[in-house]
Amino acid sequence: MPDILPPDCVGLVTAKTSKFDKTPLSLDCGRSLSSYELVYETYGTLNKDHSNAILICHALSSDHHAAGYYSMQDKKPGWWESCIGPGKPIDTNRFFVVCPNNLGGCKGSTGPNSTNPDTNKPYGPDFPIITVRDWVKSQARLADMLGISQWLAVIGGSLGGMQALQWAIDYPKHLRNCVIIAAAPKLTAQNIAFNEVARQAILTDPDFHDGHYYQYNTVPKQGLMLARMLGHITYLSEASMRDKFGRELREGKLNFGFDVEFQVESYLRYQGRSFVDRFDANTYLLMTKALDYFDPAKEHDNSLSKALTNVMAKFLVISFTSDWRFSSARSREMVKALLDNKKDVSYTEVTSHDGHDAFLMPIPHFIQVFKAYMQNTE
Amino acid sequence: MELRTDLTLISKWITENSHVLDLGCGDGTLLVHLRDVRSVTGYGVEIDDNNIVSCVQAGVNVIHTDLNHGLSDFSDDSFDYVVMTQAIQTILQPDILLMEMLRVGQQGIVTFPNFGHWRARLSLFFGGVMPISRALPSKWYETGNIHLCTLQDFEELCYQLDIEVLQRAVVDTKHCTSWFMRLLPNVFGEIAVYRLRSKPVKRILPR
Repeated sequence: MPDILPPDCVGLVTAKTSKFDKTPLSLDCGRSLSSYELVYETYGTLNKDHSNAILICHALSSDHHAAGYYSMQDKKPGWWESCIGPGKPIDTNRFFVVCPNNLGGCKGSTGPNSTNPDTNKPYGPDFPIITVRDWVKSQARLADMLGISQWLAVIGGSLGGMQALQWAIDYPKHLRNCVIIAAAPKLTAQNIAFNEVARQAILTDPDFHDGHYYQYNTVPKQGLMLARMLGHITYLSEASMRDKFGRELREGKLNFGFDVEFQVESYLRYQGRSFVDRFDANTYLLMTKALDYFDPAKEHDNSLSKALTNVMAKFLVISFTSDWRFSSARSREMVKALLDNKKDVSYTEVTSHDGHDAFLMPIPHFIQVFKAYMQNTE
Repeated sequence: MELRTDLTLISKWITENSHVLDLGCGDGTLLVHLRDVRSVTGYGVEIDDNNIVSCVQAGVNVIHTDLNHGLSDFSDDSFDYVVMTQAIQTILQPDILLMEMLRVGQQGIVTFPNFGHWRARLSLFFGGVMPISRALPSKWYETGNIHLCTLQDFEELCYQLDIEVLQRAVVDTKHCTSWFMRLLPNVFGEIAVYRLRSKPVKRILPR
């Protein structure tokens, strides 16, 4: 990390944990959680009338650490440092920002690696499958606990954008703005196919032990690594990979073997390995399922327009030209459904070579539109 | 702020509380004006990044769209008016876009620079060069105007597409009109402003 914190950084942050055990949380799968914890971070200050709160929903493999540093020794800031901080689109001089780790996560919120109070063992594969709607419900309880009756905005990228959309549908009166970035109203067959390959990599790893690997003091390293490598390819674009690696060789020559030769191989292996150290395989399985199941139009005759009839928030929808995982066409489906209902919506397609990961980058047009929109929010 | 010539006229034609789609809305000036003066709701459509930022800054709903790809994001009859100011001459297939406008809107309002204006005629006839004027400021090789037309051309196209002209105005770039513009609009009008709708006859055509 830099020696001095830059002025547009939220600074050093600490996570907080809240326990919810008064009412069981009933889940889409039919089961319920009698008690659970959510870990979250907050930045900025909640104003007197509690009207400046923003909820950030995270994507597949991220967590509640969206901005700032835990200590001056940290190598990297939170995952959305480009957008959260003083003077940034999500301006912490003005807004009170809340970012929880999703239920089923592995960074502190109750999930498969937490202890099941009924068995005193980790939940493992017995942790219920959580849906986007369940997450939103759990986040609504967090809002109640924090005394926030209406979010100024609910914002998310990718899977986070899906949660923001679900918020607008399920709790229309509880948010004034909804910002959906690089997301989709449901996955395509191709998306589900990628998730299935990732899951198979984990499920067939001999160290997976049907999800009970904690008891064997091991992790399905190879499977999780493969899942991440595959995912990573889909988050980048052909152009960004070409720019970053080309056909560059690590040792400058071909070795006529199967070890790492091209830089792109080395990069993917590194990404895969480092992911194993920071992520739980059961959580990865859960998150991909939540993605696959998300389809708010389904219970409205498969009409997204019908699903969005009652939304009240104003919307900002943003997509990126080179994002082939959640392409612009998918964002336009959401825009069209909002237009059909004469809802307030602005949409921009940002030109970028960074693929799906572009929403994490400080791309000028993206930041300008996002900032202009947030400045107008009340 | 002073409104552009054609925008002043258009805002008089649009009834209060209507729902408007502005194609090629620029920085959102017209929609801001219509919102403040006529309580109009609606959306702007733009392709330029900077204009999109300006619209969002102005609190105008803006949808990033390439008009050359049609209006497939918009449903039939979803607007009272679809407006397109000074853009039809830049469109790849203006005839198709005109029909698209009247598919999604009850009425269309179109403005364009009149290529039949006497200065353009003189420039071509005596000078032998493509005209450059207040309404047509760019040189031929740098202009985005690929489908220039005269009032007569435009009205002929409307006739062919079963489009009814409800109202027409011709003005100069200072939004003044005059008796000679009214007498010979295709010669003296610099900017043409049309209000259109699909001919009802279209709907009772035999199957």
